[in-house]
Amino acid sequence: MSAIASAFTHSRAEGRAALIPYFMAGYPSEDAFCRLVASSFDVGADIVEVGIPFSDPVADGPAIQRAGQSSLERNITIDRVISMLTSLKLKGNQPVVLMSYLNPILQFGVKRFLASAHTAGVRGLIVPDLVVEEGKSIEADCQSASIDLIYLVAPTSPPERQKLIMKRSRGFVYAVSVLGVTGVRSALPDNLLTRLREVKQMSRLPVAVGFGISSPQAAARAAQVADGIVVGSALIERMNTEQNEHNQVQSVLDLLGQFRSATTLKSTTTDIARK
Amino acid sequence: MFALEELQRAYAVARRDPAFRRELQTTLKDFGGRPTPLYIAERLSERWQGPRIYLKREDLNHTGAHKINNCIGQALLARRMNKSRLIAETGAGQHGTAVATVAARFGLQCTIYMGAVDMERQAPNVERMRLLGAEVIPVTSGTATLKDATSEALRDWAASVEHTHYIIGSTVGPHPFPMMVRDFQSVIGIEAKKQILEKEKRLPDLLVACVGGGSNALGLFYPFVKDTAVAMLGVESAGDGLDTSRHAATLAKGRPGVLHGSFSNLLQDHDGQVLPTHTISAGLDYPGVGPEHSYLKQSGRATYTTADDSRALEACLELCRDEGIIPALESSFALAGAKKAAVDMRRDQIILINLSGRGDKDLATVLSQIDAAATKTRHAGAMR
Repeated sequence: MSAIASAFTHSRAEGRAALIPYFMAGYPSEDAFCRLVASSFDVGADIVEVGIPFSDPVADGPAIQRAGQSSLERNITIDRVISMLTSLKLKGNQPVVLMSYLNPILQFGVKRFLASAHTAGVRGLIVPDLVVEEGKSIEADCQSASIDLIYLVAPTSPPERQKLIMKRSRGFVYAVSVLGVTGVRSALPDNLLTRLREVKQMSRLPVAVGFGISSPQAAARAAQVADGIVVGSALIERMNTEQNEHNQVQSVLDLLGQFRSATTLKSTTTDIARK
Repeated sequence: MFALEELQRAYAVARRDPAFRRELQTTLKDFGGRPTPLYIAERLSERWQGPRIYLKREDLNHTGAHKINNCIGQALLARRMNKSRLIAETGAGQHGTAVATVAARFGLQCTIYMGAVDMERQAPNVERMRLLGAEVIPVTSGTATLKDATSEALRDWAASVEHTHYIIGSTVGPHPFPMMVRDFQSVIGIEAKKQILEKEKRLPDLLVACVGGGSNALGLFYPFVKDTAVAMLGVESAGDGLDTSRHAATLAKGRPGVLHGSFSNLLQDHDGQVLPTHTISAGLDYPGVGPEHSYLKQSGRATYTTADDSRALEACLELCRDEGIIPALESSFALAGAKKAAVDMRRDQIILINLSGRGDKDLATVLSQIDAAATKTRHAGAMR
């Protein structure tokens, strides 16, 4: 069983959705980023997703765009990301999933990228601008490198397409909760749970939901159905309300703790959502 | 992605539907002003002392550029797909204006994304779009130019696809856009071929067009691809010069990469981050290029060259003074490239240049640089 699969098995056994925080590599600083990743596991994250900055992040909303721009200005390259992760000496039960647009990986060299990422503790890869139609070769490379290639499934996709994506995805399926880009939304769509149930029925893999999970309440609602919750922009926005790095890290860990409580014990999450 | 599948299907049906083709032709003719003339530029030919120069007058289209050809096609398609809103990116504002125009014509809502830098240097087009009822949203992310406007339009589309169609303005972006835009722009080459056969009883020796994303060039080139005796020359902007970092010469200086869903040549750094471009011409300010141009270059069927900003300005001025035509700065790069190519050609040969747009929008930019160039041209004129 892959490290990612066992993270979901573990959270499911505890009756909760897996908690997957997203951080932009090197943001707000290399040091703070490293502390965020390491400490996230301490406060209950099951998997950590790490974004590799890209100049033209079309799937990302303003919060992640700006964080990525900041990291690029500080020269956070793939090599830097790998060496930061390596320095954390991640354990087998602390899987990291990288999120990168296609071009930086292509230029680095796909096989070389996957090999060094795996050595650094990376167990999954999300490429938001890779469509299944173009994915065969990277899927094979990921398989050889023991890294799960995780595809995104959009709510607008018809069932046939969703089925195809689920068949090709490894580790888990990343269900996009709302149409559009990453970033907090005031409300999740009314039919989210219905749609998530439909996705789950088709999927042999765990289904994690992301994009627009703005608060522990929203996470609690999604966790009624989803096997995992990805939260990114909300953490970055929380971080940006603090001035010094210590407070930035601490505030994010506090918020993550709240997300963890909200996604624990599914029976009570319904009550939280109704408040 | 489903949006692209939906579009692919709709377009595959529409392009074979006689009713769609009839409506497209009628709208291009009665609303767009097609066919555009093929004009022999006698005084310019005389000045360059080379082959006969023909201009395909896309500047005489409604809204002043070739962009309307694609917009009419895609707006008709959007209507078939029951979309109530059009969005687009724009650089020079020509494409945005064309989209705002068809949106008004077909009663659709319209939002245009435009880099904040471009809004400043192409102010008249911003006014035109607003007058036509479009909402123009300034894009401040990244380099605040065309590529960022494209990213922002894609973000909008991802959230609004159920009721919105995204009209990409060039032969870039994810499939089926490069192919579809090429098809809608091919009317340029189809007409030009017919017109030159009528006037000269033979095909031209060389086609010349400017290349940013590449839609006007591909529109001209595509119907001639199988006529192997016809050479094709695309002209990119070398900005301040190819030896500087301030240019937009993707085919000359880029290497293969992925941007906005296309695998093509791309101006990028060692790490695959997309580089900022620079050129006096907002419409050529794009770090990528249509994948079919990369293919034509690689296969050797077309060649690509560059002209720097100062050569383009010079050519712009020559056309103004010799022919009474104010070309868009974009098209001025085609003129500059053609002028250079003409040197090695005989007087009985024919160059056909795509004059892709008119220059009214560029007056402020051109006038600010004109004095020095004007003096030089007057001097050259006196010498003749």
